[in-house]
Amino acid sequence: MEMEILSTVNWARAQFALTAMYHWIFVPLTLGLSFLVAFFESIYLKSGNEEWKKITKFWMTLFGINFAIGVATGIILEFEFGTNWSNYSWMVGDIFGAPLAVEGIFAFFLEATFFAVMFFGWERVSKKFHLFSTWMVAVGSNLSAMWILIANGWMQFPTGMAFNPDKARFEMQNIWDVFLSPVAISKFVHATSSSFIVAALFVLGISALFLLQKRHQKMAKRSMAVAAVFGLVASLFVAINGDESAYSVAQRQPMKLAAMEGLYQGSTGASLVAFGVLNPAKDVGDNQSEFLVSAKLPGLLSLLATRDFNGFVPGINDLVAGNPAQNIIGANERVANGKIAVAALAGYKEAKGRGDAAGAAAALATFNTYQGDLGYGYLKNGEAAVPPVAATFYSFHIMVVLGSLFILLFVLVLYHLKKGDIENCTNLNQASFYALFFGYVASQAGWVVAEVGRQPWAIQNLLPVGVAATPIGSGNVQATFFIFLILFTTLLIAEIGIMVKQIKIGPEA
Amino acid sequence: MIGNLDLATLQNIWWLIGSVVGSLFLFLTFVQGGQTLLFTTPQGDLEKNLIINSIGRKWELTFTTLVLFGGALFAAFPLFYATSFGGAYWVWMLILFTFIVQAVSFEYRSKPNNFLGAKTYEVFLLINGSLGILLIGAAVGTFFTGSRFVLNGYNSVAWQAPFHGLEAALNLFNVSLGLFLVFLARVLGALYLLNNIDHAPLNERCRAAAWVNFLIALPFLLVVLVSLLVMDGFAVDPATGVVSMESGKYLHNLLAMPMVDLLLLAGLVGVIYGVVSAKFLKKDCGIWFAGLGTVLVGLAIFALAGYNNTAFYPSLSDLQSSLSIRNASSSHYTLVAMTYVALAVPFVLAYIFYVWKLMDAKKITPKELDGEYAKDMY
Ligand code: HDD
Ligand code: HEM
Ligand code: HEM
Repeated sequence: MEMEILSTVNWARAQFALTAMYHWIFVPLTLGLSFLVAFFESIYLKSGNEEWKKITKFWMTLFGINFAIGVATGIILEFEFGTNWSNYSWMVGDIFGAPLAVEGIFAFFLEATFFAVMFFGWERVSKKFHLFSTWMVAVGSNLSAMWILIANGWMQFPTGMAFNPDKARFEMQNIWDVFLSPVAISKFVHATSSSFIVAALFVLGISALFLLQKRHQKMAKRSMAVAAVFGLVASLFVAINGDESAYSVAQRQPMKLAAMEGLYQGSTGASLVAFGVLNPAKDVGDNQSEFLVSAKLPGLLSLLATRDFNGFVPGINDLVAGNPAQNIIGANERVANGKIAVAALAGYKEAKGRGDAAGAAAALATFNTYQGDLGYGYLKNGEAAVPPVAATFYSFHIMVVLGSLFILLFVLVLYHLKKGDIENCTNLNQASFYALFFGYVASQAGWVVAEVGRQPWAIQNLLPVGVAATPIGSGNVQATFFIFLILFTTLLIAEIGIMVKQIKIGPEA
Repeated sequence: MIGNLDLATLQNIWWLIGSVVGSLFLFLTFVQGGQTLLFTTPQGDLEKNLIINSIGRKWELTFTTLVLFGGALFAAFPLFYATSFGGAYWVWMLILFTFIVQAVSFEYRSKPNNFLGAKTYEVFLLINGSLGILLIGAAVGTFFTGSRFVLNGYNSVAWQAPFHGLEAALNLFNVSLGLFLVFLARVLGALYLLNNIDHAPLNERCRAAAWVNFLIALPFLLVVLVSLLVMDGFAVDPATGVVSMESGKYLHNLLAMPMVDLLLLAGLVGVIYGVVSAKFLKKDCGIWFAGLGTVLVGLAIFALAGYNNTAFYPSLSDLQSSLSIRNASSSHYTLVAMTYVALAVPFVLAYIFYVWKLMDAKKITPKELDGEYAKDMY
């Protein structure tokens, strides 16, 4: 029975990861390209130059192809909370449902309504209203990102709620705490601006391809200029707010930060790993070294996490076993407390069922003392609170290294555009073309950091994934997993085929 | 001000909001209706393309309304969301699969190098318009016929139905409701196309299609209505919350809520007038009457299921696990907050309406399909 539940949970996780990662292939491009298209069309209206209209329409066609599959992969995520995470939906639906509903009202309808004008309104509305519609699509998609990231930010850092023992669920106490959560804001800023990089690299990469093939050169250079400026600004911004994200993680999810850096033994003046290969044999609490090889920058991790070169950064060992000197209560102790809370909750229910008011009050008092660790009570032991370190560590470093390289790329492209010899820079154009794909890699890696680093929690410290899942036979979830895999892969192949064809046809046709 | 409303009032308001969104969705299924008409009504590629390009400008609205319906239920009745989606797993999954394939079909069908071929995308549209709507109808049918689940003391759900929801499709009432919705969607689709496209031969065929599909829909509607009048229902004792079977419960609801009878009647008259005006009076604007009528009928159905101390998501396995708008809702705080949010809905409806009018001021003609923007067309 326990095996069966475990397997259901893991299939549900795999399914969520699969569908979310597929969705996220298309989302970043939608978020960024919608703005780029709006820029192009604004230039067209300002200059009246038909060339810019061609440019607008070319990128708009690619936008539409991407958008359709973005919508197709999105609907399932909305309902998967109910289908696969039904206990989750009940326990936190009182809070979590709100941003999803608000997203529908405020964002999706903007996208849906103005999308039709953008594609079919050229002859039906005025030029100005058409441009307005294009901007509304961009605003709408980025608003939708905001609401869903508020939802996701709440999972990383739950606030504004209290547990109701009678209903066995969390209830909202303050909607502003949820909507204006600092984690939500840092996530929104980072996820959207990093998506602008993905879109900038997309436009840059295809334009570079045109230059390499000596086709549509004028149009390619114009697109490149807008994309490179957009990309450079976004990249610098991402590096800054990425640092802010890391600081936020250090404050609120220290275990995730430790995993991101492969840090087992906490210390003051902790160093940042510039490059490293993890020691696969390393376990929590043993004496083996953490890395096989590594290059470290002394003091920088402390600076990143505490804004002080000498600050203390806790490692995984500290967070599991506790570190009284640094006032850190370890997961081991929290698991013990949590088990008391779970038992007290059951005792409360039972006493209430018997009509034993005094017993219920006593159990409730115990529960209230320990309820902060309720979620830990569902874990087997303290070590179960450690996320998969390798996945978190490598994806974090891949993202940051790529982010730094993108800055370099945008600078070089702008330099050669200014100099006027970009069509001769074969190597640079090739690099731009390949960077298109690495933009996606960085973006996906970012989500792996954020989500895998949060394990085993569905909601940080409150609800482990094992308790969140729908208790249905794993065979059902397995079956839908494979249906999704086949369906989404088929649609992805179709999308890429159509996209490549449209790029081959190019703007002039 | 909203903060002063009591919990029961807020629960009633949110059941109403959910009903409005659900009923608007039913109206907007004219898109799905158009998708299935694609296989019966047009002659030649031109007419087919006209249809695709007409409903292709609206499909996202329908889709988004469905998403909002899910989101609104999640926020206002999370226990329903958790119980139904998690338990009737396969019904909802199949519904979602049909919407996934729909979402790409308009955009990809006529694009060169689309891997699957135009025909496949048309079949996707057909599946969404038939199976998708049928299953939605069956799922709504379980509001009256019930499902097999048990909630434990922590409100976590265990389903006792081996097919995880698919058994809903084995019930005559559920299937009749589903088929009624499929053919109603086709009626609406035909009326919508009639009003949106300017091409005489196709227009004539749409008039005929509206009429024929209306006639086909009638028997299913009759089964649904008669069953509602005679079937047992799930009554909730307002004082104790205890659920019990009551014979003729939905008949009693109709008698207790004259407003609902009025909605139902006005709605049916609206639909009938829409069809008759197209077929016999040769008017083009039947969609507005039939559309409004559909919304009213939808509201009546949801009201019957949820109001007047009725369990809207009944459990056949354990009566006391049944969900009502009283025990399945969010907290007072959340409902208040969400009601403030809902004040924005009229504003959203207003801009949708404005853009709709702007875009549909001129009917779609064959000329538009191969004009300057031919490359953008679906
Ligand atoms: C940071 C941005 C972002 C993130 C993290 C997500 N999405 Fe998304 N979603 C978008 C940004 C977006 C978008 C840019 O607005 C999309 C993508 C492509 C598109 O067409 O719109 C979209 C489409 C989209 C749709 C179709 C909307 C429609 O009717 O037009 C749904 C239902 C969802 N998403 C739901 C979700 C859920 C439940 C998510 C989390 C689990 C999620 N998305 C993650
Ligand atoms: C679209 C971008 C996203 C990507 C690529 C992504 C990625 C992932 C991955 C890889 C997992 C599996 C982690 C594991 O089991 O080891 C996961 C799980 C999950 N994510 Fe995300 N995620 C995204 C967005 C979101 C958002 C916005 C939310 C909430 C609104 C969310 C909620 C969840 C939930 C509920 C799970 C399942 C429980 C769990 O395993 O933690 N995800 N996601
Ligand atoms: C350049 C330096 C960068 C730093 C320091 C940085 C830092 C971070 C951190 C700490 C997180 C985890 C946040 C959390 O778990 O809550 C994160 C997530 C993420 N990163 Fe980065 N990042 C950088 C560059 C990039 C680039 C170049 C991209 C993509 C093009 C990117 C895309 C993402 C995404 C999509 C997420 C998940 C969303 C989120 O959690 O905000 N990042 N990043």
